Amino acid sequence: MSDRPFIARGFHARRPTGNAARIPPGQYETRDFPVLSAGPTPRTPLDRWDFTITGSNGQTIRWSWDELSALPREQPTVDIHCVTKWSKLDTKWGGVSVDTLLGLARERAVTETGFVVAFSDGGYTTNVPTADVTGGKAWIALEYDGAALAAEHGGPARLLIPHLYFWKSAKWVRGLRLTERNEPGFWEQLGYHDRGDPWREQRYQGDP
Amino acid sequence: MIRGASSGIKAIRDVSGSATSSIPRLEWKVATVVAVRDETRRARTLVLDVPEWPGHLAGQHVDVRLVAEDGYEAQRSYSIASAPGSAHVELTVERIENAEVSPYLCDVLQPGDGVEVRGPIGGYFVRRPDDRSPLFLVGGGSGVVPLMSMLRQHASSGSATSVRLLYSARSHDDVIYKNELNAIVAAGRARVELALTREWPSDWKGFRRRIDRAMLEEVAPPASDGGRAYICGPTPLVESVANLLVEIGYDAASVRTERFGPTA
Repeated sequence: MSDRPFIARGFHARRPTGNAARIPPGQYETRDFPVLSAGPTPRTPLDRWDFTITGSNGQTIRWSWDELSALPREQPTVDIHCVTKWSKLDTKWGGVSVDTLLGLARERAVTETGFVVAFSDGGYTTNVPTADVTGGKAWIALEYDGAALAAEHGGPARLLIPHLYFWKSAKWVRGLRLTERNEPGFWEQLGYHDRGDPWREQRYQGDP
Repeated sequence: MIRGASSGIKAIRDVSGSATSSIPRLEWKVATVVAVRDETRRARTLVLDVPEWPGHLAGQHVDVRLVAEDGYEAQRSYSIASAPGSAHVELTVERIENAEVSPYLCDVLQPGDGVEVRGPIGGYFVRRPDDRSPLFLVGGGSGVVPLMSMLRQHASSGSATSVRLLYSARSHDDVIYKNELNAIVAAGRARVELALTREWPSDWKGFRRRIDRAMLEEVAPPASDGGRAYICGPTPLVESVANLLVEIGYDAASVRTERFGPTA
């Protein structure tokens, strides 16, 4: 409909410098680390915390906090993009690759399928195609900027899928459910996009 | 999933069926600025006429897009301040010095100008018009904006629901919607408590500190009333208030939050 954008009279913004090529359309760079979530910050004591992956066949693999913490970690430095318009460049994380977890799950006969629903303390869920969390693209992050991940940023553990809008990087994550079909999660049922690729500006349901 | 909200229903868009169903895109529309209103030294309300506005739910927001002549584009999200069903969509924008978008919206945009918006957006931090549960609103700074939509919705309804607003601002001059809040209190439609954190008039009778547990115990409706709390403001305030409400007995599921710093 509006292929030719409306020009805002007298809008001569300062052009961002340097990093413009790394900022997806409609985003701006921030140096802060804004916090966004829908409710109070949940806190589960680590001795009661666990992480599970359940296959479409019902098979489950479970890690305690100590077990998950002991798995090999990677230290990705990535750009992140929130659908509320901020992007933050070169964020430094430490965590376990989802590839590692799915590999261990396969050894326990957990059946992998086309889609994943991540679920969190507090009832939050988000859905992604399996292809978006495999091949070195996603982690269960336990550290941010060299320290244990703070609760307000999703600690003790959050999903990290930096190439999708950041609501996909579920805070306080407790596990993954591998599903045959795409099952829209919390924000996805409230009008946000099923995939959420910031470079295609997939913010809301109905976006290309 | 929000259902049954009169005109706001289109805003939520039922996506519970198939994930591949063809939901129409939320299109950009050129809204016309009908009026501007200075609320405080730093906050201005834009009164917008949005073509084919589908209606909204109290608490929702819109995206605003500014495109410069050379094609450079900036987008931000702003909460809707007006009540559902109002003739116009009102956004209250806090001016952040040296920022990209808010100084344009506060200082350059004039009545008669067009501005691109798309929305309404957001289906969780909302208060449905038929919700009669006791309502506790906690706002910090310009975080009061989406709460004002909820308060206005209540004020213009016949509902006898208990509604309380606890609003934290730096000084009395920074209180947005001051006169209207006074009028709502005078009409007996809500209880409003102001917490001034930096400066206050010498005869100030309200709170003179940041929101803390004792203040919430004094102002919050008892958790046993089955009320719902909506908290919007800067992250430290939201984080603190949400945790304190859980501590004093609120079920976490009854506390809804929206967090932001001022939007550049």
